[in-house]
Amino acid sequence: MTERPIKVLIAKPGLDGHDRGAKVLARGLRDEGFEVVYTGLRQTPEMVATAALQEDVDIVGLSILSGAHMTLVPRICQLLQAEGLADVLVTAGGIIPDDDVPALKAAGVSAVFGPGTTISEVASYFRANARPRE
Amino acid sequence: MGSPAEAAAELCSTALAGDRRSLARLLTAVENRTLVAEGALRRLYPLAGRAHLVGITGPPGAGKSTLVAALVGHLRAAGRTVAVVAVDPSSPITGGAILGDRVRMQAYAGDRDVFIRSMAARGHAGGLASTTGAACAVLDAVGFEIVMIETVGTGQSEVEVAAAADTTVVLEAPEMGDEVQAIKAGLLEVADLVVVNKGDRPGAQRTASQLRAMLGGGRRGIHGPPVLITTAATGAGVPELLAAIDRRRGEGALDDGGATRLARAEAEVSGALGDRIRRRLDEPGMALARGAAVREVAAHRIDPYTAADELLASLLGVETGSSR
Ligand code: B12
Ligand SMILES: Nc1nc2c(ncn2[C@@H]2O[C@H](COP(=O)(O)OP(=O)(O)OP(=O)(O)O)[C@@H](O)[C@H]2O)c(=O)[nH]1
Ligand SMILES: [Mg+2]
Repeated sequence: MTERPIKVLIAKPGLDGHDRGAKVLARGLRDEGFEVVYTGLRQTPEMVATAALQEDVDIVGLSILSGAHMTLVPRICQLLQAEGLADVLVTAGGIIPDDDVPALKAAGVSAVFGPGTTISEVASYFRANARPRE
Repeated sequence: MGSPAEAAAELCSTALAGDRRSLARLLTAVENRTLVAEGALRRLYPLAGRAHLVGITGPPGAGKSTLVAALVGHLRAAGRTVAVVAVDPSSPITGGAILGDRVRMQAYAGDRDVFIRSMAARGHAGGLASTTGAACAVLDAVGFEIVMIETVGTGQSEVEVAAAADTTVVLEAPEMGDEVQAIKAGLLEVADLVVVNKGDRPGAQRTASQLRAMLGGGRRGIHGPPVLITTAATGAGVPELLAAIDRRRGEGALDDGGATRLARAEAEVSGALGDRIRRRLDEPGMALARGAAVREVAAHRIDPYTAADELLASLLGVETGSSR
């Protein structure tokens, strides 16, 4: 039997209307063979954590261009851990200054992707780092 | 964790005790048809059968997800628990999928009595995934009172939901064409309830009248299925729809010996039989025999039916001891 598709949640937390990148990513990952749950704009950290839990995704991808990543991302990481989802890979992208990356990584984010990232870069990173699947 | 059987027992116990993460992981196992899933279904199936399984189907964009969200809202206001399984198509080329139905259902985060799960159809035709029925059985077993199934946006022939659900709601939007043509025969034939959504749009009343006229003389005699109008976006008509759904229980749609559940059990048994036979055919010994048979058929030395008869005969004769 071939390995099952990797399931990814692409979420846009906060009051951020920039959804072009998230949509480009969702379609691109679908075309790379991923199953992508897209939850739309204006997600609270609780919505993101609930979706990750119920959907049992392998990867959570947060797309943030509003500048609110330093409050939203650590909160989401906390909630995911509280739900027992420590094995879920958390990634982020959008407009995130390099200076903020170490703090996000300390909070539990495994990688941050900025403007110009190609879909195939994201796909290979996801394939290499997603938790093992039966 | 130890063996699949142990893993299944552990996940079932915690899921039955209310742990949502275990429930989610059980659903993943079911979706991937693992050995854990089989063990879990053995344990859970006897606990299922209490939930009202409600299928929501209709053309792309008719408002299925919005309507499901509105129904969830009313159910929760009444203190009733509800699970949703929302199916979206998989790309036939890459196997990937965008599961977007959740977008309209995000208001219930943090409410333990709502559980929403998206599923990719994974190449299965018919508007559902091949494992959707099993996923519903799991959600039923852990105690959700209503399990709603949103199908892939359907054409005319994706009617599988009618077998999976106790109540099939077929959604139509106004102005889908001058005549109501989008769903005609196939879908409407399996409808227990027909809903014209987007009641705020011009033509909703007209579409509903056309549907009533069309359905009046259908195979259900002069009493076709009820045709309701909703505006999922505002909630208008949704309480009436919920009442009509609830009425189905009194009409026997959930009875063990009723036509709906017998048809479902029939489909489940046939499906399991097919799975079992395919799995046996994949075992090393049989795979070899099958390869040989395929070459004989390709060379037109025997016909496919004879080959199938021979394979089936040796399958039934061979003891493999693979059943757990
Ligand atoms: C287009 C755009 C808009 C459009 C958005 C349309 C839409 N529906 O998306 C409109 C005009 C509506 C808009 C409005 C605003 N914008 Co604007 N906008 C941009 C702009 C020019 C491009 C964004 C874009 O679409 N890029 C294309 C996509 C494909 O790229 P991307 O989102 O970066 O995604 C890629 C990567 O980052 C990565 N990625 C992204 N997310 C994720 C997630 C994961 C998990 C992974 C792995 C990868 C990943 O992969 C993607 C593919 O390469 C940026 C500037 C810029 N150059 O980025 C400003 C920008 C984001 N906007 C900005 C601002 C301030 C605004 C406004 C507040 C007002 C204003 N000044 O214009 C409003 C607010 C709107 C709102 N409600 O939130 C600022 C944000 C500043 C900040 N964060 O500190 C920026 C940076 C411009 C600037 N330099 O000032 N904007
Ligand atoms: N005017 C109006 N628009 C509605 C109504 N219900 C849903 N919509 C809109 O119709 C569009 C499609 O709604 P969905 O609920 O996503 O439809 P769907 O049938 O689930 O779509 P698929 O899952 O893609 O097949 C959205 O833009 C909704 O906002 C309604 O009652 N009135
Ligand atoms: Mg939908």
